[in-house]
Amino acid sequence: MTQVTMTVNGKAVSGDVEGRTLLAEFLREKLRLTGTHIGCDTSQCGACVVHVDGQAIKSCTALAADLDGASVVTIEGMANPDGSLSVIQQAFQDHHGLQCGFCTPGMVMSAAALLKENPKPTETEVRAYLEGNICRCTGYHNIVKAILAASGQDVSAIAAE
Amino acid sequence: MYNFEFTKPATIADAVAALGQDDAQALGGGQTLLPTMKQRLASPGTLVSLNAIPEMIGVCVNDVGEVCIGGATTHAVVAREAAASYPALAALASHIGDPAVRNRGTIGGSLANNDPSACYPAAALGSGATIKTNLRDIAADDYFQGMFETALEDGEIITEVRFPVPHKANYQKFVQPASRFALVGVFVAKYADGVRVAVTGASSEGVFRWAEAEAALSANFSKSAVEGLAAPEGAMISDLHGTAEYRAHLVKVMTGRAVAAAG
Repeated sequence: MTQVTMTVNGKAVSGDVEGRTLLAEFLREKLRLTGTHIGCDTSQCGACVVHVDGQAIKSCTALAADLDGASVVTIEGMANPDGSLSVIQQAFQDHHGLQCGFCTPGMVMSAAALLKENPKPTETEVRAYLEGNICRCTGYHNIVKAILAASGQDVSAIAAE
Repeated sequence: MYNFEFTKPATIADAVAALGQDDAQALGGGQTLLPTMKQRLASPGTLVSLNAIPEMIGVCVNDVGEVCIGGATTHAVVAREAAASYPALAALASHIGDPAVRNRGTIGGSLANNDPSACYPAAALGSGATIKTNLRDIAADDYFQGMFETALEDGEIITEVRFPVPHKANYQKFVQPASRFALVGVFVAKYADGVRVAVTGASSEGVFRWAEAEAALSANFSKSAVEGLAAPEGAMISDLHGTAEYRAHLVKVMTGRAVAAAG
């Protein structure tokens, strides 16, 4: 076992991990931050996306021990300080960007990473950025719409397909 | 996955020493190795992370104009930082996997693994790159030795990859949509002394140079020069995604597209 120390959602945390402990397992099982979902566990589906030092990564395909000292943000860190939903989260609710909700944590984290590097993406750019996030319910249209709306763009012309 | 010892050295010398232990394996971004270990197809006793060695991270241009990329540099960083110096290479890096994978996966990891459908081997072979390790410099023409086989010895680390910058270049990938690897990918690069054409995804021997296309394009760098060629021969992969004939045909189509896009 080795001890790792990270900043998670602004708080210093530490814990003992095995070499094989994945970041997703550390977050869910040690820190009880179960908002980060493990869908496929093969880095295909993107339900486990979190931010590490500002970059979106798949937490099921990174070792906790390899991220000692990192700053991590999970879906639990996305709400506003007063507990209200952030702009992206609210847009997902307003535009019905989720059904079962299993993929949503990863979708929101990928959306936040996209809008940080590209504040006004086109629909094509949003779809390309979500290549590694799979949703089996929505058909993606409302997720794309929610992200475009969160970027401050007018989505009234986009049909609710 | 089975458990292992984990170590994260800060220098190349310490990494080489750690890899000298029995059953030790280097870890780049882990985007292939960790899924492989989950399937228990690999079970190293020790993983040596190469992600904290500063001299192995970053993109620069050296005195002779080569683009030099540290072995532990992620695809996302290459996509950003090589965009001005070698746009075709940056574009290739920007389409590997998906954004989250590109933030972890590294060029050294990809080249050390030498997946027969990976993108970077096509860029390295197509550019005549030099694979620099802790021990020696290896020409790309000598480095790739078949599916998942390279010239690397046990414990040898890719510290840097040096790309001579061509006059024109382009990479065209026909994506296998589930894996986002190349069903077929072709890298075309035009240098003063000739054209290089490297093909990934197609052959069960791994990445290869298409000599007939290189000769034709060196004489006449145009899409029409490719159209007159017979599809390449060789041990083409045949699987549920495409037959050998289909892949051979795609090689020709993607080569033509790459030439047209290179301008």
